[in-house]
Amino acid sequence: MAHNILVWIENVKGHAAAISHEAIGAARSIVDGGKVTAAVFGPNAGELAKEAIALGADDAVTCDDATLVEFRPEPTVALLARLARDAGADVILAGASTRGREVSGALAVELNAGAIADVTALELKDGQIVATRPVYAGKLLATVAPARKPAIITTRSRAFPKPHADAGRSGGVTGVAPALGEEAIASKIVDFVVEGEGEVSLADARIIVSGGRGVGGPDGFKPVAELARALGGALGASRAAVDAGWIPYAHQVGQTGKTVTPDLYIACGISGAIQHQAGMRTSKMIVAINSDPEAPIFKLARYGVVGDLFKIVPALTAEFKKRLGK
Amino acid sequence: MNIVVCTKQVPDTAATLKVDELSNVSWGEAPLVLNPWDEFTVEEALRLKEKHGGKVTVVAMGPDATRDALKQAVAMGCDEAVQLWDPVFDGSDAPATAIVLAKAIEKIGADLVLCGKQAIDGDTGLVPPGLAHRLGWPLLAFVAKVRELDPAGKTLTVERLLEEGRQVVSSRLPAVVAVVKEINEPRYPSFMGIRKASKMQPSVWSAADLGVDAAGAGRSAAGVQWTRIFAPPPREGTVELVAGDSPEEIAAKLADKLMAEKVI
Repeated sequence: MAHNILVWIENVKGHAAAISHEAIGAARSIVDGGKVTAAVFGPNAGELAKEAIALGADDAVTCDDATLVEFRPEPTVALLARLARDAGADVILAGASTRGREVSGALAVELNAGAIADVTALELKDGQIVATRPVYAGKLLATVAPARKPAIITTRSRAFPKPHADAGRSGGVTGVAPALGEEAIASKIVDFVVEGEGEVSLADARIIVSGGRGVGGPDGFKPVAELARALGGALGASRAAVDAGWIPYAHQVGQTGKTVTPDLYIACGISGAIQHQAGMRTSKMIVAINSDPEAPIFKLARYGVVGDLFKIVPALTAEFKKRLGK
Repeated sequence: MNIVVCTKQVPDTAATLKVDELSNVSWGEAPLVLNPWDEFTVEEALRLKEKHGGKVTVVAMGPDATRDALKQAVAMGCDEAVQLWDPVFDGSDAPATAIVLAKAIEKIGADLVLCGKQAIDGDTGLVPPGLAHRLGWPLLAFVAKVRELDPAGKTLTVERLLEEGRQVVSSRLPAVVAVVKEINEPRYPSFMGIRKASKMQPSVWSAADLGVDAAGAGRSAAGVQWTRIFAPPPREGTVELVAGDSPEEIAAKLADKLMAEKVI
């Protein structure tokens, strides 16, 4: 059955979030002869709309009103709801980022829709959408189908490949008016403090190198961070290391931290408690470096090294620097 | 300050889950606990009360097993507990849960609602934004710090932890705030708290008490159907241990393998 799909493009300071482009690819996989429309709000919306079309959207709507410069849920949800109603959208897709979760939860109530969060796979069965998503911290999987229209679906970061850009694709771009004026928006942005500038973000990282209790202290993260840097990856941590105050919470991977899906996850001195597994078990390949051969992390790992991370990790950094020409 | 804390009772993280062919999930003798994110929520509510005065009411939607989570919150220091339950609520999805919670919050009367980031069973994180939208209140989610709260001026300023950094946002009250772990370190229940919780009987509010239309809640009203729950396929193969005479040799062997796998 042809689906009319609205994809919300998350705009971060004039750039589209990678997860939104993955969502365009996810939309194409279920469009079934329908149409994919990108909804782009905020600065540089026109350029981001063209980019979305090159990546697979059929057309786009833009709104670069002053109320939408920095993301806030109220004006975003109000405008998306209006667009979805006007277009008779069957599906609204977004990335399962922090902002995507806020938007989808509110839209579901506003549109009396079915909402499926954080999906890792989408397919059509007899023309009907079926989503797969992890539940109970990834210990189980569930297949979930929308029971009515519209369906609101968010996609897990890196679960869907980013589509290839085709500059030859063309589509209409329509500017629209905002749904709310500034006076109708209760939240006001005071400041934005960028953290970890120049570092690779955990959500988008293809490679993550993480440290746990075994790193022994704040200084123990230095060799772990150096390996991450040599590989062009992001730096992660277990709860034990964060709770000990060795590294900021923003780096925590696990149940009460971030959920990540890199191609390669290198766990250094991490035992692999179930709480940590909840955040990284969907990694495509896991490598464990740990002095304890009985550590549960070895049950998830494809490759393991039983040994002293303070000897192995610097040796790996040196090896990769040599091979990658850094 | 009237603060309402929304919580959920979930199987303990360490529980071994079993799922049968009919998608029934069970966790044996493992205890049900207060959703781990909600411990931070309860703690923040108690700290705000200690600073600004007022009352903290903890609510949870669910059958009688939910009372253990409510008792845990009372043992930590919450003043009152309300269980929201009616057989017609069974099978409610996130938007329907938000509707039931919103009705309860309107009945209690709140200046501030606190939620955890998400519950660790369904893991959707859809309820806090749905709840705020239903109440028509601002949503401040992923909050790592309450910078300022002015009950008289009815404003608050928070730090939201987003992917790229911290967004500092101010808003009017009442509002819905969903917190992340960095916000605090939850206290342990006190001896007095545990005694109070052991004697406490939470109020139980039904659909009729809340004025919830039975057609608007429960499985029949859900916007999604969970067609199947199953165990993920086991990871392929077992671990291949890489060994050698020196760290350099191990590093070279491991690098060979990772480059051959094309993950680097």
